[in-house]
Amino acid sequence: MSATLFGQSVLSGLFSGCLYGLLGLGLTLSWRFLRIINLAHFGLIFLAAYLTYHFVQSRGVSPLLAGAGLVPLFFGLGVAQQWLFIRFRVSELPSVIVTFGLTIIIEALIQWIWSADFVRLETHLVRGSLKIGSLLAPWDELIMGGFAVASCVAVWAYLNFTWAGKALRASLDDPDIAAAFGVPNRRLALVVSGAAAAFAAMGGVFVALLYTLTPSQIYSWLGVVIAVVLLGGLGRPLGVLAAGLLVGVAEAVTMALVEPAWAPIAPFSLLIAVLVLWPERI
Amino acid sequence: MAAGGASIATTLAAKYSTLLWLAAALVLFAALPLAHPPLFFESFLYLIFFWIALATSWAILSGFTGYVSFGHGAFYGVGMYAMADLGPRLPLPVALLAGGALAALLGICIGAVVFRVRRLRGELFALLTLALAIVLATIVLNTPIDGGPGVFLSDVRPPKIYSNASSTIYLAGASVAIASLAVAWLIQRSKFGRGLFAISDDEDVAEILGVPTFASKLAAIAISSFIAGVIGAVHAVFVSYVTVGETFSISVPLFVLMMSVLGGARRWWGPAIGAILVTTLSYSFVSGDFALAARALIGLTLVLASLFLPEGVAGLVEKARRAWRPTAASQAPAAEPRIAALRPDPARLDTKTPALLEARNVRLAFRGVQALDGVDLIIRQGEILGLVGPNGSGKSTLINVLSGLYKADSGQVILEGRDLSLTPGHLRARLGVARTFQIPRPFARQSVLDNAMIPAMFGASALDSAAARKGAMEALRFVGLAERADAMPAMLNLHQRKFLELARALASDAKLIMLDEVLAGLTPREIADAVDMVRRIHARGATILFVEHNMRAVLELTDRLIVMNRGRLIADGPPHDVVRDPAVVAAYLGAPHAEG
Repeated sequence: MSATLFGQSVLSGLFSGCLYGLLGLGLTLSWRFLRIINLAHFGLIFLAAYLTYHFVQSRGVSPLLAGAGLVPLFFGLGVAQQWLFIRFRVSELPSVIVTFGLTIIIEALIQWIWSADFVRLETHLVRGSLKIGSLLAPWDELIMGGFAVASCVAVWAYLNFTWAGKALRASLDDPDIAAAFGVPNRRLALVVSGAAAAFAAMGGVFVALLYTLTPSQIYSWLGVVIAVVLLGGLGRPLGVLAAGLLVGVAEAVTMALVEPAWAPIAPFSLLIAVLVLWPERI
Repeated sequence: MAAGGASIATTLAAKYSTLLWLAAALVLFAALPLAHPPLFFESFLYLIFFWIALATSWAILSGFTGYVSFGHGAFYGVGMYAMADLGPRLPLPVALLAGGALAALLGICIGAVVFRVRRLRGELFALLTLALAIVLATIVLNTPIDGGPGVFLSDVRPPKIYSNASSTIYLAGASVAIASLAVAWLIQRSKFGRGLFAISDDEDVAEILGVPTFASKLAAIAISSFIAGVIGAVHAVFVSYVTVGETFSISVPLFVLMMSVLGGARRWWGPAIGAILVTTLSYSFVSGDFALAARALIGLTLVLASLFLPEGVAGLVEKARRAWRPTAASQAPAAEPRIAALRPDPARLDTKTPALLEARNVRLAFRGVQALDGVDLIIRQGEILGLVGPNGSGKSTLINVLSGLYKADSGQVILEGRDLSLTPGHLRARLGVARTFQIPRPFARQSVLDNAMIPAMFGASALDSAAARKGAMEALRFVGLAERADAMPAMLNLHQRKFLELARALASDAKLIMLDEVLAGLTPREIADAVDMVRRIHARGATILFVEHNMRAVLELTDRLIVMNRGRLIADGPPHDVVRDPAVVAAYLGAPHAEG
């Protein structure tokens, strides 16, 4: 295999890694700070992707504009979902079941509106690719990577350097004590859930831009993104990005050196190794 | 003689009536093909049996122990591919058993690796099993086991029992489903099953009370994956064409999860109810838009069921049933506790009294903090040994090490001359070591009586369930909780929950009972009660390690007092002398300034 081909596959691995990071960001936040394993996150991602497809393809809206509309809308959906979970005191394990139910409903909804056929958006944000030496980096992928890195860094900074971020971490350690010091737990929880759903919307826009869509693909993203979230360490925005990149590159290298069909081995072997060797890390 | 035999037969029949009912159901379903029902009806019933078997197998692991598996697709997939590979070469029953055995082998290997990590959080186990299923799918897809295109089972020819071979598969499905229900029923009412339920409520406490948690979890995953493997093998013949995509798809474990949650995963018959409901529901809407509506309906059912029916249909039925029948405890005679007048002779203070338990140079560090810094300690037969020390001095850590909850970095723990250093907690409980927890940790989803039965069955007394019920009831009467035997722990106040801790220690019939701050948080009156209780427990013949902050109680109760500070023993002797020891005063109040 030539060095260029190998470099190209590592590069594409980095790009899919960025997307894993972006898709995992909302999941890792709600998992750590809300103790909700939100499988509906994947439903929301695909709902956003299909809405993007719909507005861009049939109404001619630019994808970025569609995203700008979807992000606040999904923020509201996330808030509503968390409000429901607080109201019914849904805890960690039942949350898997409830949110899986929500995912099935969203999947059925998507299939009802857009059918189970494959659809592909024939639009680009910026046509063409950036040439780096002999390697090609498509502009759309670069823009997606930029959004992913910026989002993860922004959330990291928010958690570490703002009053709200510190309050959030305090309320995680002991919600009652934090509340006694004036931390508005409930409002913070609603904001976290809203933000997670907003990141799902952002991820969905890029999934629509870069991939062929079909409703059942919701589940093919689920496994690998959960693996990335766990590898990165729950609630760590930079961790999820790093783990995403690691998994993306590992997959790409497996595809290039072994065979494409062996690619799923990489992330899950990594995950199993981490879970068995350092269970306390997660 | 004949009458005696008949009465034994009636008792046995009453005891195992559920099994008789299941056997009758099997006979009925097995006879069904004789009536020549329409073909689709047989295959519909087969599908119900298939899901009953799979959901029940899932519940034996995940419902009973609380470790949710997303990997049941893997166990079932092993069975499917085993049949695809071995079916053409072996007789059908042998191939079925081989599928089950291979799946069980996989389950045991996973369990041996995963369950070794104690307190692996439930959701991590779930995701680990999910990951394993994906890895397995990748391996099967890329090796000659499948290779990509899927495998046809046209060479597998099931023997004809009725006029056509598909009835044989129907029969196999019915047998496996009903057998798995019987197994789940047997487990639920067995000692092993009680251990599993204890694990799902609080694994550490279960271990300390004598439940062999590792072995139990391993057995549960083995049984569960065996059943999943067998039904997978049956299903391979039914579908007659297996592919990786269908076999290892995430929807199999999720459907199973949904059925169990809907039906109630902590009852042996719950998953079957869920399986019947969901299968019927999705079978009624198989075509076109209805299929989509059915999917949405299934999603909605999942959401609503977990919000409004946390224990499933079975939980609801059980609750209704409990409301109907009168409570058992109110009928129990309120007999006076029998207190054996077994106060040991006053010579127990003698240093020649043999040691019951001995710690030698025990050390334990947590990330650099030396919690135990070389503790040497002797607890003598029959004494009440007091242990005091400032907060953070290592008292609770010491109890955790002695009871086997923590493993010491170095040093030895010796019980009656036997080195326990490598002995796991449940074996220590078996040998007669019991403890209470400072913050009571009852099994939240079991009644007060069931809570006390666990140590009676698994502790030093090792009683069968009838005797354990009696022993537990006696322990509850001893601590004054007999009237609350049917209550759930959440309905008890702190004082009663602390006494439930005592009752559990008593029910195990332990030689050594370690009491970790039983008085903390109690009112003065309750303290007087508790002190009296400790005295009566001691009078029954138990040796007691009494860890406490309340000095008055310590001076009143103990024969000897030891003091810990910063992970070391700093004093040992008659209580009234020890409290005047300058080192002890300094540990509590700081070193005196100047000469004094």
